[in-house]
Amino acid sequence: MIDQPRGDLATKQQTTASRLILSPGGRAATALLLVVFVGLVFNADGAFFKSATHRDALRQASVYGILACGMTLVIVTAGIDLAVGSVLALVAVCCATMAIHWNWPGWIVVPASMVIGGLCGAVSGTLVSRQKIQPFIATLAMMVFARGLAKYLSGGSKVSTAVKQADGTFEYVDVPYLFRLIDSRVLADSVSVVTLIFFACATISWIALSHFRWGRFLYAVGGNEEASRLSGVPVTWARTLAYVWCGVFAGIAGICQAAQEQQGDPEAGVAYELIAIAMVVIGGTSLSGGRGGMMLTTLGVFTIGYLEKVLSINAVPEAWRLMLTGVIIVIAVQTQRSRRA
Amino acid sequence: MISPSHSAPVLVEMSAIGKRFGSVGVLDNIGFELRAGEVHVLAGENGAGKSTLIKILAGVHQEFDGELRIHGKAARPRSPLHATQLGVAVIHQEMSLIPSMTVADNLFLGRLPSHFGVVDRRRQFADTRKWLDRLGLNIDPGQAIESLSIATQQLIEIAKALSLNARIIVMDEPTSALNVSETERLFDLIVNLKRDGCGIIYISHKMYEIQQLADRITILRNGKSVATAAAADLPTSKLIRLMVGREVEPAMRRSFDAKPIGKSQPNRFAIRNFSVYPQGKSQAAAVNQASLTVRSGEVVGLGGLQGSGISQLFGGIFGAYGGNVTGERTLNGRQIAPANPRQATRQGLALLTNDRKRSGLVMSQSVISNTTLASLEQHCRLGWLIKSSEYNAARRTRDAMSLHSASLDQEVSLLSGGNQQKVAIGKWLETQPDLLMLDEPTRGIDVGAKQQIYELIEQWKSEGLSILLSTSEIPELMLLSDRIYVMHSGSVSAEFNRDTASPEKIMEAAMGARQ
Repeated sequence: MIDQPRGDLATKQQTTASRLILSPGGRAATALLLVVFVGLVFNADGAFFKSATHRDALRQASVYGILACGMTLVIVTAGIDLAVGSVLALVAVCCATMAIHWNWPGWIVVPASMVIGGLCGAVSGTLVSRQKIQPFIATLAMMVFARGLAKYLSGGSKVSTAVKQADGTFEYVDVPYLFRLIDSRVLADSVSVVTLIFFACATISWIALSHFRWGRFLYAVGGNEEASRLSGVPVTWARTLAYVWCGVFAGIAGICQAAQEQQGDPEAGVAYELIAIAMVVIGGTSLSGGRGGMMLTTLGVFTIGYLEKVLSINAVPEAWRLMLTGVIIVIAVQTQRSRRA
Repeated sequence: MISPSHSAPVLVEMSAIGKRFGSVGVLDNIGFELRAGEVHVLAGENGAGKSTLIKILAGVHQEFDGELRIHGKAARPRSPLHATQLGVAVIHQEMSLIPSMTVADNLFLGRLPSHFGVVDRRRQFADTRKWLDRLGLNIDPGQAIESLSIATQQLIEIAKALSLNARIIVMDEPTSALNVSETERLFDLIVNLKRDGCGIIYISHKMYEIQQLADRITILRNGKSVATAAAADLPTSKLIRLMVGREVEPAMRRSFDAKPIGKSQPNRFAIRNFSVYPQGKSQAAAVNQASLTVRSGEVVGLGGLQGSGISQLFGGIFGAYGGNVTGERTLNGRQIAPANPRQATRQGLALLTNDRKRSGLVMSQSVISNTTLASLEQHCRLGWLIKSSEYNAARRTRDAMSLHSASLDQEVSLLSGGNQQKVAIGKWLETQPDLLMLDEPTRGIDVGAKQQIYELIEQWKSEGLSILLSTSEIPELMLLSDRIYVMHSGSVSAEFNRDTASPEKIMEAAMGARQ
C-alpha cells in the first residue's frame, strides 16, 4: 500500500459548504427539501400551506416512523427486522383486548404491550446472535409466527369495542381513555399525540445510538464484527438487545395503531416493515451496517411522509404514488452510493 | 548438470519476467524453467515473490513484463480457466472447492460428462473414484465437501488438479494441512507423476520436503532470482544463506542503547505445553505443545514462515478460539484461561491482529471510536458515554504516536496504512495491558511509520511493558527482540538470545532443518 495522507488532502480540497451538502445528513436533508419544494410548487390550491396538512402528514408517518426508530438500531448492526409489521398487529390485538375487554388501566396496558413486543424481539435477536441464523430468515420466521399468534389470540376477527356478552349478544363499550388520549391532538390542535410519541421514540433511539456505550457497540458490530469481538465488544449481547428494542418500538407502534383504529386488527401492519426499512435507507443508513443514525432516519421519515402527502393532496392515484415511491427509493440510495465511491 | 535428463522437453520457460503493483516492483527479471519429469522447488522468504510468479503462470495476474512459453509456445494466460486449458494445474494454499457440493461435482465442475445436457452420473462417480483411489482416499464421491476434514479437502484439491490431466502441476505448500502419512502418500504420488512425464513446481517452507523432493531449486529473494541449481549442488547451509542474503539494512538502526534484560527480571507471562485447535479439538492442532516466557519489560520475538502457527498462537492465548486450547497460560504468576477476547482484555492481555482491515479496525467509524473501543468502560458512567473523556484518550493517542489525521472524528478508512496501524495499536495501549501482543505490527506500512513503531516499541519496553511480537522479516525480528523463539509447523523449534541469533540460524529453525 502506498502511504500517503489521503484523508488530509481529500478534506482540505473541499469547502465547508460542499462538505455539508455531500455529508450523509446533507444528502438526506436535500431529499427532504426537494419533496417540500415540490409541495410548494404543486400546492393543490394552497392546501400545502395549511397547518392541518402538515399535522396530518406527520401523523400518517408517525406509526411507520416509530417502527423506523427500532429498525435503525437493527440496520446499524448490519441486520434487518422483517417482523415489525406482524409484531405491531400482535401487540395491537393484545393491547385492544387488555384495554377494551379487560378494561385494564393505561399504566398497565402500555408497559405490558411493550413487553410483548420486546419478547418477540428477544426471540428474533437470540436466533440471530446465538443460533447464527441470518437476520432475514430469523425475522421472516418471526413475521409469520407473530401474524399467526395475532390471529389465534383474536380468533381471526378484529378486537373492537363490540364486546361479546355471556348471553351471546354484543354490547358496545366506550373507547378506552388511553386510546382517546393517543388519538387526540394537542397545542391548539396543531400536533397529533402520535407524532409526539414518534419524536419521543426518535429521541430515545438517538440517545441510545450516539450517547450510550451500547450504541457504540452496535456501530462497531455492524462495521466489523470480527474486529469488535477481538476488541472485547460483547457482540452477542449488543446485537440481541438491538432486536429487543426494535420489538419494543414495534409494540409502541402497535399501541398507537390500536388507538387510531380503536380496535386490534390481526391483519394490521402488513408491509409496514418495508416502509420502515425504506425510511431508514432513504435517510442514508447503510444496509451493510456500521454507518448512519437516528437523525438521518428522522429525515427519511419526513421525506416519505411528505412525499405521500404531497402526492395525495394533488390527487395522484395510488398506483402512481407507489411507483413514484419506488423510483425515489432507488434514486436516494444511488446518490448515497456515489458518495462512497 | 541437471539430474533428471537434460534432454527432457521443456514444459515452462519464463524469461525476464517482471511484475509491478502500482509503483512497487515485486518481480524483477526472473528466469525460470520447468522440464518434464522434474520437481522444481521455488524457495524464498515470505514476500520473496514466489506466489506472484505462480499467479502469472496460473492466469491470476495477466499484466507482466517478459516472456512466458508453455509447451514451447508463447502464452499469456488470461484467466485461471485459460491456464487450465493450457495444461497448467495449480493447487493453491487457499481452497478453491465449493463446500456445499459433493466431491464428484467439485472434481468435475465445469466439465461434467453428459449426453445431450443430461449428466452421466455413473461415469462421473466412476471417474471420481479412480482419482480418489490414486490418492488412496477411501471416501464416497457423493459426500459433501464440508463434511470432510481439512486434510481430506486438501487431498481432494490435489485430486481435482490431477484430474485435469495437466502436465504442469504447481503445488503451493500442499502439505500445510496434511499429517505425516498423508504427506508420504502425496510424495509417492509426486514420484508417479514425474514418471508419467509431468513437471512439478513445488513451493515449500519445509526443509525436509525440499530435501526429499527437489530435483532443481530456484531461490527468490526480494523479487529477484538469486540462483538456480540442481538440488544435489545445494546443501542446506548454502540454500539458507542464499535465501536470507547478506545485506545489512543500514536504514534500520537501534537508536537506543540496547541494554539486555537480565535473567533476574521476573516472568510476566508464560505458556506451557500450549496447543491451539482453531477448527475445534477434533481437528488438527495449529499450535502444538508450545512453551515460552516473557519477562517484565522484555520484547520477545516470534519468527516463522507461513504455516508456522504464530497467528493461531496469538489468537489462542487471547481466547479468540474460545475453549479450543489446551495447556497453561500464566500472567503475573496467576493462571489465566480467558474464554473470549473480552475476558482476555480484562485480564491484561492485548492483541494487535495481523490484518487491520479484516480484524483490527472498524473502518466505518471515527478515530475516536476506534481508539476507545477496547477500553470503553473507562469512558462511561452507567452506560452513558463521556465524550470529553473519549476525546482526551484519542488526543493522547494522537500525540503519543504522532498520528496524522485531519480530525479525530474522521473515518479511519480515510487514513493511510501507517496511521491506521497507529490507531489500532493505540486502541490496545488505552487498555493499559500487562502483555502486548503484536502480530506483524509493520505489515503494509511505509518506512517512516515503521521507524516510528520501532521507537515506540522501545519506549513501551522502557516503561516496563512486556511485548510479544511476530514479524516475517528476519532483520526486523533481530532488531526488535531481546529474545527470539522460532516456530515451525506449529511447534517452537528454537530459542535464541541477542548473542546467539543469526539470520541463517533463524531461517534454518523456521524451515525445520536439523541443526
